[in-house]
Amino acid sequence: MQEFSSSFGLAFNLLISFDADLLEIIGLSLRVSLIAVVIAAIIGFPLGASIAVMRFPGRQVVDILLNALMGLPPVVVGLLVYMMISRAGPLGWLNILYSPTAMIIAQIILIVPIVAALTRQLIEDLHREYDEQFRSLCLPMSRVIPALIWDARYSLLTVVLAGFGRAIAEVGAVIIVGGNINHLTRMMTTSIALETSKGNLALALALGLVLLLLSLSINAAVYALRASAKHLAYA
Amino acid sequence: MLKHTFLMIFLLLMTDSGIAGKSLILQSTTSTANSGLYDYLLPLFEKDTRVKVNVVAVGTGQAIKNAQNCDGDVLLVHAKAAEEKFIAEGYGVERFDVMYNDFIFVGPPGDPANIRNLRQAVGGLKKIAESESIFLSRGDNSGTHKKELSLWKYAGLDPVVASGTWYRETGSGMGATLNVAVEMNAYAMTDRGTWISFGNRQDFEILLSGDKDLFNQYGVMMVNPERCDKMNMQSAKTFIDWILSDKGQGLIANYQLQGQQLFFPNAK
Repeated sequence: MQEFSSSFGLAFNLLISFDADLLEIIGLSLRVSLIAVVIAAIIGFPLGASIAVMRFPGRQVVDILLNALMGLPPVVVGLLVYMMISRAGPLGWLNILYSPTAMIIAQIILIVPIVAALTRQLIEDLHREYDEQFRSLCLPMSRVIPALIWDARYSLLTVVLAGFGRAIAEVGAVIIVGGNINHLTRMMTTSIALETSKGNLALALALGLVLLLLSLSINAAVYALRASAKHLAYA
Repeated sequence: MLKHTFLMIFLLLMTDSGIAGKSLILQSTTSTANSGLYDYLLPLFEKDTRVKVNVVAVGTGQAIKNAQNCDGDVLLVHAKAAEEKFIAEGYGVERFDVMYNDFIFVGPPGDPANIRNLRQAVGGLKKIAESESIFLSRGDNSGTHKKELSLWKYAGLDPVVASGTWYRETGSGMGATLNVAVEMNAYAMTDRGTWISFGNRQDFEILLSGDKDLFNQYGVMMVNPERCDKMNMQSAKTFIDWILSDKGQGLIANYQLQGQQLFFPNAK
């Protein structure tokens, strides 16, 4: 297996040459996954926090359901979204199949459960600490939930990263609804799948290394952002 | 500050480049895409006509299914019987021959079933079945898979009863199946275009080829605009006319990889 060593060389060459196609693919991967994770956070934070704070019948069922949905197979999500937005499907008139929008929708469905379930856990723990205080102030839920989310904001960044990690690494759903179209819907993961199927194993692994590096930089950036923000907050 | 940074990033990401001008979706088999033919042809087509082609490369079975759902404007695949059914059932308008090449049997140089000097595909399959040598099937309802099944039928054999023993169905694309075959030292049937462009051949060889039963015809057709009112009929027509024209056909004949011609134009 000389592929390993040649992969590192290839990955290095790809990076230093600023290959236009590669940059386009990286750009699309980032764009799709970041938009998906931002929207998933907008939905998932309040959803998870509400389940954590509110008491209603069937709450446990919702909880179990949410946790189970964290394990949604991407292919199934891809298929569901495809059947919805296919021109023959109920949402066919939107005309968004084989577009970045379709991939964003699939990824949102995949990561909302992750964001919501992890948020639920975080907020529940936090709520226990503040519960009495909130009660004594007689605050309505509409005030409690935003306050808790704001207070947990640094921990919630980790939740966002977990969602982002799933989104950027995912291939099963986006290849179905995006179609892996060159210069339109080709992403890092779908390129890796394509090169593997062409037998270009070294190139596929090199792209994988680039993806790993990308993930690493984003995690490091968020870590730095969080550290400096915390520093400012407590200074 | 933090909030603004996020907002900025978000807005930056939302700005969509968008697709300007005319375009069409080509539902295609994988071999024509993976072999680099489209990378060669389509920029020339786009220059001639200003129509952008978005290729969705999946197996023939899936490409036909997608086209039946109106998720494409043009279909370019290689399973004549299925294509004719597609037309007969009203999903497509008219089918044209575009080009051909052939299927080949590849396998390890040791050739355990001893098919190397055979002339006929059916004979090769019989030997593989007799010796119970491992044979990798696509098992994905693709054009190549349909062809392979028809050859087994022609040989009077039913390999599916041996599924999981010496007959192994990967359920994946041609390249993925070849990757498995190479690892398992197994036989596989592939179109010649995919094989020549395949990057992980290791020491595998073409062991059987040249039988007229291994003929591989590619066809092109437009999705029926009466069923799919949102399709891009004009662009689809432009594409089909172009690929069947002398220019398109000549370019197909010109395309070479590693000094070999991959596809032979035969539009009437």
